[in-house]
Amino acid sequence: MTLNFIQIILVLIVSFLAGMEGILDEFHFHQPVIACTLIGLVTGDLTPCLMLGGQLQMIALGWANIGAAVAPDAALASVASAIILVLGGQGTKGISSAIAIAVPLAVAGLLLTTLVRTLATAIVHIMDRAAEEGSFRKIDFWQWVAICMQGLRIAIPAGLILAVGAGPVRALLEQMPDWLTKGLGIGGGMVVAVGYAMVINMMATREVWPFFAIGFVLATVKEITLIGLGAIGISLALIYLALSKQGGGSSNGGSSNNSGAGDPVGDIIDNY
Amino acid sequence: MAEEIHITKGDRIKVWWRSTFLQGSWNYERMQNGGWAYTLIPALKRLYHTKEDRAAALKRHLEFFNTHPYLASPILGVTMALEEERANGAPIDDKAIQGVKVGMMGPLAGVGDPVFWFTVKPIIGALAASLAMAGNLMGPILYFVLWNAIRMAFLWYTQEFGYKAGSKITEDLSGGLLQEVTKGATILGMFILGSLVNRWVSVKFTPVVSDVPNQKGAYIDWSSLPSGKSGIQKALELQSQGLSLTKNKVTTLQDNLDQLIPGLMGLLLTLFCMWLLKKKVSPIIIILGLFVVGVVFHVIGLM
Repeated sequence: MTLNFIQIILVLIVSFLAGMEGILDEFHFHQPVIACTLIGLVTGDLTPCLMLGGQLQMIALGWANIGAAVAPDAALASVASAIILVLGGQGTKGISSAIAIAVPLAVAGLLLTTLVRTLATAIVHIMDRAAEEGSFRKIDFWQWVAICMQGLRIAIPAGLILAVGAGPVRALLEQMPDWLTKGLGIGGGMVVAVGYAMVINMMATREVWPFFAIGFVLATVKEITLIGLGAIGISLALIYLALSKQGGGSSNGGSSNNSGAGDPVGDIIDNY
Repeated sequence: MAEEIHITKGDRIKVWWRSTFLQGSWNYERMQNGGWAYTLIPALKRLYHTKEDRAAALKRHLEFFNTHPYLASPILGVTMALEEERANGAPIDDKAIQGVKVGMMGPLAGVGDPVFWFTVKPIIGALAASLAMAGNLMGPILYFVLWNAIRMAFLWYTQEFGYKAGSKITEDLSGGLLQEVTKGATILGMFILGSLVNRWVSVKFTPVVSDVPNQKGAYIDWSSLPSGKSGIQKALELQSQGLSLTKNKVTTLQDNLDQLIPGLMGLLLTLFCMWLLKKKVSPIIIILGLFVVGVVFHVIGLM
């Protein structure tokens, strides 16, 4: 599919927003389910992009910026793979190859993030000088320069893919043999586990493992929807908190919420 | 110093809006410091009027700062309260303000990560993703509206709470409430993760373990069906009675595994990933590795 001028501008705006949010982490324009859908919306290729966004979101569920560590870059992954999906013009058939392209891009995005955060150090030094003058206006200005830098981090790569154009992208996708795309689809089904593993490693304690087991077993009952499971989960949490309060002293011992400590499965895993 | 200066509600709304951009100038040297100073500007503008005061205030808020971006809000509230007292002549020095900031940012980040990143986001995200994968536009809309409603309300109320509690907040926070919220979120999060691992990690083995013929009468005998539409109707009726569609009963390795409990291989894969992550293997390497495994296993016919 070839995009017209207005569509290209809109795609770049969406990319810019996704790039900003990749660091701000507030409105969540960079989450795949939103970024891919927006790209689909402005290019008129809504349904395939929506479905791509859903699948990428599943993979990226556990990706979070914790402390100074940065997770794989969902912003570049979703924006670029959605653009490639649109340019390839394969519709829903192209989703699994778009996902396979998205993952290496998430790594490349990480490098760009590191670069921009290093550049931001220079901006903060300029802010220091503005502070000497007591100038609020200059601090405001440089804060926005930094934010725009984050937006360009995604908008520029998106522009490059658009500049390469539909032809080469489609040729690339069509060269992918069937066994490769099928295999990548299977890999995509397994990759989801990595995100979950990251989150579980952060949260798991001896106290909460049973709830994981209950959730796992209840999910085999296909009639219970995700909302239903959420309701059961909230109820269990409330019941547990109420009971442990009644138990008086018993809850005091379990106050160590730090990950790692008192995590039996984690300990077993560690020992191998 | 004739009359006391107060931060107005309008200033606090401006600070609340600016806190959205807290991480904009995130850098490796002092992390969120630039965004922190930027966020506080409406309050500082109200409180300080000479160039010297303003310069001193900005410098003190360009010190190192880093916490969970949402949990910065209660700290912003407390800091505004302290700055207000200071501007009105209370003996609060730079060290005291920096001490409160640093003292609060660690414990609060410890609350924000499990609550927002590991509970609210996976739950809303999984819900939205499963809708979107089915082509339902409600997925992204639901995610955007729910996430931002929760976030904006949280930022505003905790910021107001911090401002009103002032320096007393450390006592309130060390109480049981925060720990309870964290624990409740952790329980909910682990529960949901358990079900997500079961439903969404897909590992399917295709090799055929057994291929035995069904007994006569246990499968649909296609040659004896009437032709045309009535044949289709008959076949569907027979199928709903529990008859097999094929003459042979094919059992794959996956069918055997599912008899133990559906999703077992997904669980094992997740535990294996946890182990790899604890061994400091980069998640990126694991992700790329799984794609390679998927392709190789597909080519040799295992998956």
